[in-house]
Amino acid sequence: MTATATRAPVITTTPGATLPRLLADGPDLRAHVARHGPLPPTSSGLLMSLEQAGLKGRGGAAFCTARKVTSVATAGGETVVVANGSEGEPLSAKDKVLLTKAPHLVLDGLALAADLVGADRRILCIERGNPVVEGAVRRALSERGESGAELFTTPRRYLSGQENALVDLINGGRGKPALDRPFVRGVDGRPTLVDNVETLAHLALIARYGPRWYREVGTAEDPGTTLVTVAGSVSRPGVFEVAHGWHLEELLAHAGSCKPRAVLLGGYYGRWAGAGKLSELRLDSASLRREGLSLGCGVIAVLDDATCAVAEMARVATWFAANSAGQCGACTWGLRDLAHTTSALGADGPDSQSPGRLMRWANMIDGRGACRLPDGAVAFLRTALEVFADEVQEHLEGGCSRARRHLLPTPAPEPWV
Amino acid sequence: MSSHLTVDPIVCDGHGICAELLPEHITLDDWGFPIINPAAIPGHRLADARRAVKHCPVLALRLRQATSPPDGVAK
Repeated sequence: MTATATRAPVITTTPGATLPRLLADGPDLRAHVARHGPLPPTSSGLLMSLEQAGLKGRGGAAFCTARKVTSVATAGGETVVVANGSEGEPLSAKDKVLLTKAPHLVLDGLALAADLVGADRRILCIERGNPVVEGAVRRALSERGESGAELFTTPRRYLSGQENALVDLINGGRGKPALDRPFVRGVDGRPTLVDNVETLAHLALIARYGPRWYREVGTAEDPGTTLVTVAGSVSRPGVFEVAHGWHLEELLAHAGSCKPRAVLLGGYYGRWAGAGKLSELRLDSASLRREGLSLGCGVIAVLDDATCAVAEMARVATWFAANSAGQCGACTWGLRDLAHTTSALGADGPDSQSPGRLMRWANMIDGRGACRLPDGAVAFLRTALEVFADEVQEHLEGGCSRARRHLLPTPAPEPWV
Repeated sequence: MSSHLTVDPIVCDGHGICAELLPEHITLDDWGFPIINPAAIPGHRLADARRAVKHCPVLALRLRQATSPPDGVAK
């Protein structure tokens, strides 16, 4: 468990609305039922409610949940639902906190989603080796006395949370991405709904309180609340539940941010935004989209002025290369070269051609993997080269005096067996 | 209806034969793996495109019929 995951979440409030919604819960069944009442039966109107609530996936892709459910429900035959809590993004802790604080909300959502698509198999996935999260989930499962939901633990590496790779793991494979779409051919070859655990928790709230209540906070395009993980140069890092549309700078103030030099939005799959842009940004897709940004999996990492950004870039580029499944050529070899060249940029005597070479490779690699891992590496590096252009120049001229701090965590992935 | 080439990036081993047979539609990246032009294959080059598909040693190259260019990963 990371330091951020064990912290008590700080909750922001919006006038006129009761927050938090997700993290106010349990963790035990009695507290869960006392607050939310028993699990309501799945009504025929639930799918319509999801659509009206405008729920979008919280794993990073923000796909419309009602549409995803419909794809699986109409695929025909026996189906499977997977609750994806395999949170391999090193900066993110929101799924771990949710599963620890409110496991019953996730399990309610899993049961409801299974009813919606007519699934006879329900699988909750978490990363292995995290006793706090696993303990909370096991306790919750035994409290419910269900035999219905299976717990599946995944290797500790980024790609375990990629939906194709996760399906492959459940099917007994090594956990490498494939080109199959899980909603067509997933677990046991059956149509499979893979939803992030936070998405399922929201589903459980919408089933109880309805779409009108859900929309009482948030924006028209992004209704409701969302979990974010604030990390980096902040004195109070942690997981926060915020209403969509909240000012980024207010959230950063809550987290005890320094005066940021830049912010990484969406984690390692996200993009850097320079300090000049931050005052305009709100935590909803319409606001972020105007600046070419998105909330992704909800990670917000702050970089201060005293930390060497090129050293951080080099470590993250190396992390991406280490996390490649080694299947697609542009990813296997391209990410290796991005990592080497970015590392050389931070070392003594860097080559003045390196930034140009990195950008050329980034354009060459983008979109050419079976999964989005290479695209993530490319977006991270491209925006970093842009936002930290001055510092890159200082390195080329041999004079970056900032501290090399290991601000961004880059855990080694569990080896492929 | 138009024809587009796609490559399965998992299966592709970077033999590069496709780029030799159809250089105006397929180039190789710095590591020897094909970059496919997503534009439709013109009628007079369809026979060459089929030949490239047939000669891929790992059967990673495909010719697809589409009403619009394929999106997603195989570009």
